[in-house]
Amino acid sequence: MSKKIWIVLQQRDGKIHKMAWEAVRAGQILAAEVGGTAEAVLLGSGLEEAASEVGQCSLAAVHVADDANLAEYTPGRFVRTLEAAINAAQPAYVLFPHTYQTVDFLGRLAQSLDAALVPEVVAFETVDGSVEWQRPILGGKMFAKVRAKGSGPVLVSLQSGAYSADEVEKGSAPIESLNLDYADMAADREILGVEEAAGGEVDLSQAPVIVSVGRGLGDEEKMPIMQDLADALGAELGASRPVIDSGWLPRDRQIGSSGQTVTPKLYVAAGISGAIQHLVGMKGSQVIVAINKDASAPIFNVADYGIVGDLHEVVPAVTAALKEASGD
Amino acid sequence: MRIAVCIKQVPDTEARLRLSGDGTWIDEEDLSFVINESDTYALEEALQIAERTDGEVVVFSLGPERVREALRKALALGAVRAVHLQDPAFLGGDGLTVGRALAGAIAAEGFDLVLTGSQSDDVGFGSIGSIIAGELGWPHAWLVMGVVLDEANHKVKVAREMEGGMNEISNLDLPAVLEVQAGLNKPRYASLKGIMQAKKKEISEPGPGDLGLAPEGLGESGAKIEVISVAFPETGKGAQMIEGDAETAAKTLVEKLQKEARIL
Ligand SMILES: Cc1cc2nc3c(=O)[nH]c(=O)nc-3n(C[C@H](O)[C@H](O)[C@H](O)COP(=O)(O)OP(=O)(O)OC[C@H]3O[C@@H](n4cnc5c(N)ncnc54)[C@H](O)[C@@H]3O)c2cc1C
Ligand SMILES: Nc1ncnc2c1ncn2[C@@H]1O[C@H](COP(=O)(O)O)[C@@H](O)[C@H]1O
Repeated sequence: MSKKIWIVLQQRDGKIHKMAWEAVRAGQILAAEVGGTAEAVLLGSGLEEAASEVGQCSLAAVHVADDANLAEYTPGRFVRTLEAAINAAQPAYVLFPHTYQTVDFLGRLAQSLDAALVPEVVAFETVDGSVEWQRPILGGKMFAKVRAKGSGPVLVSLQSGAYSADEVEKGSAPIESLNLDYADMAADREILGVEEAAGGEVDLSQAPVIVSVGRGLGDEEKMPIMQDLADALGAELGASRPVIDSGWLPRDRQIGSSGQTVTPKLYVAAGISGAIQHLVGMKGSQVIVAINKDASAPIFNVADYGIVGDLHEVVPAVTAALKEASGD
Repeated sequence: MRIAVCIKQVPDTEARLRLSGDGTWIDEEDLSFVINESDTYALEEALQIAERTDGEVVVFSLGPERVREALRKALALGAVRAVHLQDPAFLGGDGLTVGRALAGAIAAEGFDLVLTGSQSDDVGFGSIGSIIAGELGWPHAWLVMGVVLDEANHKVKVAREMEGGMNEISNLDLPAVLEVQAGLNKPRYASLKGIMQAKKKEISEPGPGDLGLAPEGLGESGAKIEVISVAFPETGKGAQMIEGDAETAAKTLVEKLQKEARIL
């Protein structure tokens, strides 16, 4: 029997999440590697158009759970729906985009299915018929290769950028309804609404130059050296999450998956290790300069220019060199 | 309110990492460990809620002997008691077995609320809290950035972080599991008095039998995934590294930004 690979697509108001397309591509590749079929799953309400869009991919089927009870995401209903569908169809692998929504319920789904859970996968390969999943550990400083043991479905979430949405193979897939009893499923959460977290005053997305500071600064009192560099470059100050969490800078200066996404022509990262949640917010910058005392910090893998050293020496030296070059 | 807080002990982010002998983890010898970052915020939130509601906080951690130090620290910060799951049967598992063991220990006592961190800084499944919630049959929320208790109606209003600076606001019925995101509050420092008092507080070490848990579902035997190997990422494809002392490197950098990258 050929193995089924399911890809659970996240959508909002019928619009498919970009990372869900990446997961479709991963599913197509996995299907080819293990000799299986890739099938998509869509949960929500009013999904006709979204389903037909997904149906234009090379997939064996698009399974749709379309019901008013699924109009908004709730962990209770999403878990119960997927649990029932997975138990009935027995896919070997179920792929998800590693979004905040997925992580919110994925552990719970694994628990209710008693299924293997492999979150935040960045690559996979098939070795002797078993799939080896690669995922970052220790803030991206290392990677682990893991594999599932025993039988039963394997639940996998795919980190942003691991597979390319542009490479999804086109085709034509039949659309099938999942037909479950959604009314009986408890939501487990009463959604009241959505609000802005930061009260965003500062829009960093338009800044041509950003000087970004990380926990490596060590001490809030040292912030002036970063401000001086920013002034010398005519730049805005940005920061990694711990700097914001510690109250050294206001929340609207945070860059990353839970902050702003920026694409300046120059991004200087000082004392930032380069965890994936930071990288997704700045890796589109034109030129990236990293200053870090640890030569093996992952930030150097996305940087164009790197200086290994103590930022308390290097940053003021760069400020001085800029002033000298501009003849001040 | 009685609140359980799950804390994990993880390598300090500044620690120099080396591979372990068998290549499936890091060498823990001479490594310095700390309480996982988001867990410090979970603990602080729990202590504040306990203070407001005349309640108490009990901390739970699964891990080897060294974890005792993290539990002591939590006791010094104000937790009344600690539970350390260090029986070998608990160790060497995956997210599911860790969640199952912690849920078993939590269920053995009565709690109104369980707080965890949102993600561990070492293996980072981001899932133990929701696995615990599943085991207990309680509602949960991941990436909690706001907590407002409504004790009279047995509800808690939470703000859950979404991508790109938005929060989802929702009500959960109590008891519930909240997976706290870093930045929720301002964690306190331990006082000298707290540190002294912690020495007298109890750290219990129940085994699977004490919690009514079958050993087959725990640790290595219960795990559904296994680690084949861990490794450092390939280097070399990345940055052009600029050498020299700070001053020389800074000058070279500015020159390169002007003449090579042409962005200054
Ligand atoms: C759901 C979720 C969302 C998240 N969202 C975001 C987000 O939006 N943005 C974000 O940034 N993070 C986010 N994070 C956190 C992220 O995972 C990392 O923890 C964070 O990016 C690390 O910040 P850092 O690099 O400043 O600190 P660390 O990882 O602690 O790195 C500090 C670096 O400074 C270096 N250093 C120390 N001293 C010096 C010195 N004197 N000179 C030079 N270098 C020095 C060290 O070598 C180290 O590399 C999120 C996490 C989760 C779980
Ligand atoms: N071994 C453990 N002992 C106690 N709590 C843990 C343990 N592992 C994970 N947790 C809790 O679960 C949260 C999420 O961890 P993880 O799912 O590994 O990312 C952590 O922030 C801790 O609060």
